[in-house]
Amino acid sequence: MSDPSVTVTVDGRDLEVPAGVSVLDACRVGGADIPTLCFGPTMTPANACRVCVVEVEGSRTLVPSCSRRVEEGMRIGTESDRVLHSRRLVMELLGSASELDRAGGDLPRWMELSGADPSRFGEAEPEKGRQPPSPGHGHESIPGRAATVFEPVKVEDELYVRDYSRCILCYRCVDACGVEHQNTFAIAVAGRGFDAHISTEFDVALPDSACVYCGNCVAVCPTGALVGKIEYDMREEGVWDETRQEVTRTVCSYCGVGCNLDLHVQEGRIVKVTSPHDHEVTQGNLCIKGRFGWSYVGSGQ
Amino acid sequence: MDIRLLLDRPTAAEREAVDRVLGSATSDWDGGGPSRADGHVARGGRATRRRRHLLLPALHAVQDESGSISRGALGYICERLSIPPAEAYGVATFYALFDTGKPRAPVMVHVCDDLVCMRRGGAELRIRIEETLGPEREGAGERSWGSSPCLGQCDRAPAALVHTAGTGYETLAPYDGVTSQVTIGQDRGELTLLRRAGVVDPASLDSYRAAGGYSMLDRAIGIGPEGVIASLEISGLRGRGGAAFPIGAKWRGVAEAMGPDKFVIANADESEPGTFKDRVLMEGDPFALIEALTIAGFATGATKGFIYVRGEYPVAETLLAGAVAQAYEAGLLGRDVAGAGFTFELELRRGAGAYICGEETALFASIEGHRGEPRQKPPFPTECGLFGRPTAVNNVETLVAVLAVLEMGAETFASIGTERSKGPKLFCVSGDVTRPGVYEVPFGTTLRHMLDLAGVGGSGRVGAVLVGGAAGAFVGPESLDMELTFEGAGAVGAGLGSGALIVFDDETDFGPVLARIARFFRDESCGQCVPCRIGTVRQEEALVRIATGRTIGGLEEERTRLGDLARVMTDASICGLGQTASTAIQSAMRLGLAGAP
Amino acid sequence: MFGAGGGTSSYREMEETDLIILWGSNAREAHPIFFHHVLKGIHNGARLYVVDPRRTPSAQWADVWLGLDVGSDIALANAMGREIIVSDLHNKAFIDHATSGFEDYAAAVEGYTLARGETITGVPAEAIRELAHAYATAPTAQLCWTLGITEHHDAVDNVLSLVNLALLTGHVGRYGSGLVPIRGQNNVQGGGDMGALPNRLPGFQDVENPDLRAKFEDAWGVTIPPKRGLHISLMHEAMDEGRLRALYVVGENPLQSEADGEAMQRRLGGLDFMVVQDIFLTPTAELADVVLPAAGWAEVEGTVTSSERRVQRMRKAVQPPGEAMGDIEWLCMVARAMGHDWPTPTAEEAWDELRSLSPMHGGMSYARLEEMGGIQWPCPDESHPGTLFLHGRLWEEDTGPKAPLSVVEWTAPVDPLDDDYPIRLTTGRRLDSFNTGVQTGRYQSPRRIAGVLDLSPEDAESLGVGEGDMVQIVSRRGRVTAPIRLDRSLRPGLSFMAVHFPDDVDVNRLTIDAWDPKSGTAEFKATAVRIEPVPS
Repeated sequence: MSDPSVTVTVDGRDLEVPAGVSVLDACRVGGADIPTLCFGPTMTPANACRVCVVEVEGSRTLVPSCSRRVEEGMRIGTESDRVLHSRRLVMELLGSASELDRAGGDLPRWMELSGADPSRFGEAEPEKGRQPPSPGHGHESIPGRAATVFEPVKVEDELYVRDYSRCILCYRCVDACGVEHQNTFAIAVAGRGFDAHISTEFDVALPDSACVYCGNCVAVCPTGALVGKIEYDMREEGVWDETRQEVTRTVCSYCGVGCNLDLHVQEGRIVKVTSPHDHEVTQGNLCIKGRFGWSYVGSGQ
Repeated sequence: MDIRLLLDRPTAAEREAVDRVLGSATSDWDGGGPSRADGHVARGGRATRRRRHLLLPALHAVQDESGSISRGALGYICERLSIPPAEAYGVATFYALFDTGKPRAPVMVHVCDDLVCMRRGGAELRIRIEETLGPEREGAGERSWGSSPCLGQCDRAPAALVHTAGTGYETLAPYDGVTSQVTIGQDRGELTLLRRAGVVDPASLDSYRAAGGYSMLDRAIGIGPEGVIASLEISGLRGRGGAAFPIGAKWRGVAEAMGPDKFVIANADESEPGTFKDRVLMEGDPFALIEALTIAGFATGATKGFIYVRGEYPVAETLLAGAVAQAYEAGLLGRDVAGAGFTFELELRRGAGAYICGEETALFASIEGHRGEPRQKPPFPTECGLFGRPTAVNNVETLVAVLAVLEMGAETFASIGTERSKGPKLFCVSGDVTRPGVYEVPFGTTLRHMLDLAGVGGSGRVGAVLVGGAAGAFVGPESLDMELTFEGAGAVGAGLGSGALIVFDDETDFGPVLARIARFFRDESCGQCVPCRIGTVRQEEALVRIATGRTIGGLEEERTRLGDLARVMTDASICGLGQTASTAIQSAMRLGLAGAP
Repeated sequence: MFGAGGGTSSYREMEETDLIILWGSNAREAHPIFFHHVLKGIHNGARLYVVDPRRTPSAQWADVWLGLDVGSDIALANAMGREIIVSDLHNKAFIDHATSGFEDYAAAVEGYTLARGETITGVPAEAIRELAHAYATAPTAQLCWTLGITEHHDAVDNVLSLVNLALLTGHVGRYGSGLVPIRGQNNVQGGGDMGALPNRLPGFQDVENPDLRAKFEDAWGVTIPPKRGLHISLMHEAMDEGRLRALYVVGENPLQSEADGEAMQRRLGGLDFMVVQDIFLTPTAELADVVLPAAGWAEVEGTVTSSERRVQRMRKAVQPPGEAMGDIEWLCMVARAMGHDWPTPTAEEAWDELRSLSPMHGGMSYARLEEMGGIQWPCPDESHPGTLFLHGRLWEEDTGPKAPLSVVEWTAPVDPLDDDYPIRLTTGRRLDSFNTGVQTGRYQSPRRIAGVLDLSPEDAESLGVGEGDMVQIVSRRGRVTAPIRLDRSLRPGLSFMAVHFPDDVDVNRLTIDAWDPKSGTAEFKATAVRIEPVPS
């Protein structure tokens, strides 16, 4: 039995798509090019970044295409002035508050395409670090300076690094650590408004928290705020080079669950391990052993 | 779940405070005593996780007891409710009334520095307090102080809210001469919504009944759920919280959802700056709200209701708690309400200092024990609301107006007001007026008439009126003849919002006023979506630059920037907070109130 | 289980089932990604019951945790079986249609009343009753286990007692219901598939069946010994008796991984000749006459089979160090040295030969494995999609051979508790480590808990020791020294040690090598010990 389908119009073109798909999927079927940032393919949309908003006829505001489901007869616009404006502003705002130079995926291209100019909000304020949160009590802004989400880099162990100055608060790490995948809930969003940030309880160091070092947060981070220690160090040294990396898919060497691993090898050395998000066993997730337990490779005596 | 706690343990007092809310621990596995009689079995799982909605009350209990939430206390709550500590910390740090940092002075004075109080003695009060208690949030002695957004006491400015660890909250309004009575601006005359406020004893069910209370529940039972909903549809009653949604349609939506597992909620999280009408209703006539919500349960088939009352309203909360208890005792809540064979349980929940929780989906999240972050709509609450179930959320004034519909009859109610705005309406008039207070008038009354009632103060000449609070719009003196209706406000680019009318005289320097409004939204944004989380910050920064004359690229460029920000926030924010965060500022720009070269 | 040895279900069924029992399994730590599927099930409304002596992280997710005494599993299962029968909750139609031996089973469990179940297991009768009723009345249910069931002197009976419950209730052979042994190593399932069992040829084909043997003899051009070989515990016995004089150990560290470490030292040291082929110079290798440096994971090609019977490809990503070579290369080289003409096949060639001889793998070409992200056996031909769940035949008109209900009786652990050895020591894994730690010891885990004795706070108090204090742990076979770690998930009288740090604390100096005559597995899980403070 095939799923029922609905007819929608995307930028003036009629399309038949399966009922229940997202507006984003429908638009992409229709060939529309829509950026996403907080959207993760294995996760319930957080619809927090709003970069994927589109126009839906009859809706007062723009609609996040990642989370909205298609309806029969829906008329969708992805290229209106209104859509392009929101898309550009969202990227300008993000770029003005967070460091995006290690963001992966399509972000650099979209920054360029949309003509986003993050510097128009003023020079970034001096790096002062995050104060303990006290929501709703007012924060003095420094005239002429643009507040940022700057935090000192957190290097607390040998497995990963948290560089929250790059965080865009997309919720993917929180959701991956939480109910979507790992259910460890070692990190959550704390504070409110612009002070909202990813945090352990009372901002304790990760080794003191509930973290089990599965790295499933690292796997979903779109901006390099969460990154493996080896990758971080190589990037800081300027030797990280994805064009010289080969990726080989294999199966984890430990327990009998059969998790698929993608080994990223640069110059004959494994530098990172990920898991394919489209494989039904892992959906991109691993445990500490699978993601980090491979140091023994090549160390035989 | 397999939560991992920090090593800190709660004090005995903290443990007792939590146990008062949650009951004693039943097992060593959920934080109980050392006995290991249960070493071979433990129960929990889903049953424990279902109690997550008790997180906010438990955090309140600890904060009330100690004046802050320690690591050990948070850990104990987490252990009892099976909540991961990082999540509980995320919730605790969401609310302004909770302290999770270093231990606080036992007495904390929250001083209002919002629009109205700052014009009515608040600025002087702050200086005085700073002289005696030292810098904000740094007082190390017995007392400390901090700024607060509008406390909903604009008729008694300047206001402060004092919290004493182990004792609780007290409102000082005005700060140097507390008036605990309900203040109603106008002559009592022909009041409908306010007719019992200030007349009956708000702590007495008997007094309420003697004044006709609970006769509308009888009437509702008499005409049945369909009769109630049909009446509301005929009455044309629309929500008074800001969104103006027809209540009949809302209740019908929930009534038509199958099964008893649905909810009705009184949204008493009145936090819009300049708004205090719901407080006056709750402090003056708390049983009316309970009666109306009971009717809502009866009409929609919901067997459970919540009143979510603003954390900064201790008097209303105490009175409501007492009223709920009396109603239970009298058989007017619980099983077989009033002997009519239906069940309605009612629970009171306290907010903890978050404007956003007045947004209905954020309010759900708050009750559920999550951060008060709104959800994308659709789905709408009538379909997927509290705990994912169909839910009708109504503002306090709207619910009290339901009693008026039933009492005067739907047609009579509909004959009051205008074509699209029907019935009596409460307005909160404050700012530069001589008689600030709540006024009840028929829809369609002009703004000028309201100002005549309240008397323009300050210079005696109106500079602008902020209609609808911080989320509303400025109206200039040329528009005073506007009708105060949903459609009339729309015609001048405003909205009635919550019914706040804040008057500014013509000597006002609007630069700081706009910067304060911008700061309000910066402070109150939940931080979830980018347009609002960062847009409100960039908006505030721009207004501070304009107010201090340090623009980037000149005023025109700042206006363009503000216009761009307004557009993205309005178009692309998840909820009404971001969508309205620039409304007042843009209206002021159009009126030339600030940023004039 | 009544046929091929593999779990009957797929992971995805965990997400859609109504009830999950984890029995002797701490999947949260030992099989974290399997537990992800369980978690999805929980969020979709499945109830979770965990049967485990310790209140493990897995158990903390459970609606009910049943903390039975170590080694009392059969008593619990039989009491559940009896309760299901006396409450008339057994699936009579399924029992009649698809099983045999019900009458004998019912008679055998008759003595296992709830009260007796409580006496033996320690679990309150009410909780046993609740689990029995919940399992029997759930529309679909998964029963999963790991080494908590199998590392006992009566391992096979333990498994059979669980199989009985599934047959009694019809919780097998349909989507959502099944029996799932979760494998502890990445290819323990595949090893069995490939015939690395004393009595099986590849594809679980019986070595004592002359027709099957003939097929292999034709293909291989050799004569295959017609009798089953020795399982590991029988090998130990043969070494003790001097009948087994030479050993070729491939990728194992028996000196540290087997029970009763002192006995193992004696056995391996007494051999005439031992070859060890491994990626590391393990303590076992140090005893060897010849060590062959093996290429390891990520350095060779091959396949492995997971706990849902999914055969997947392993690939080479880096060059093996130095002289190391793959196991196939070494084996062929050794064969050639012994005078056989064995060319070295590629991994795919070896696999294709296997496919030609093992019907359940017939349809699994490398190309299809690649394309489909692995295939679940049986997959007899290249048009077959693989098999989501086993034993669907039990629900069909023609069931084939009936599935037998087995009579199994509970017997106490071999190593009894008494006044001299009053504390039960059980063993297991921790999240970040694996087996004897040969591989996992080489990355820096912030979560590592090194060699410690986990003890309940109550026992620690009565011994007068605290967190970090050194103690001696003494069993009837040996003694080791380790620091104390207080663990509230343990009740008084129960202690726990991980198996990962044999160089620091060799827990297998304490364990007993009493073994199950049916499977050869030793009783790692139940050791009687006493704990002596070490004066500081």
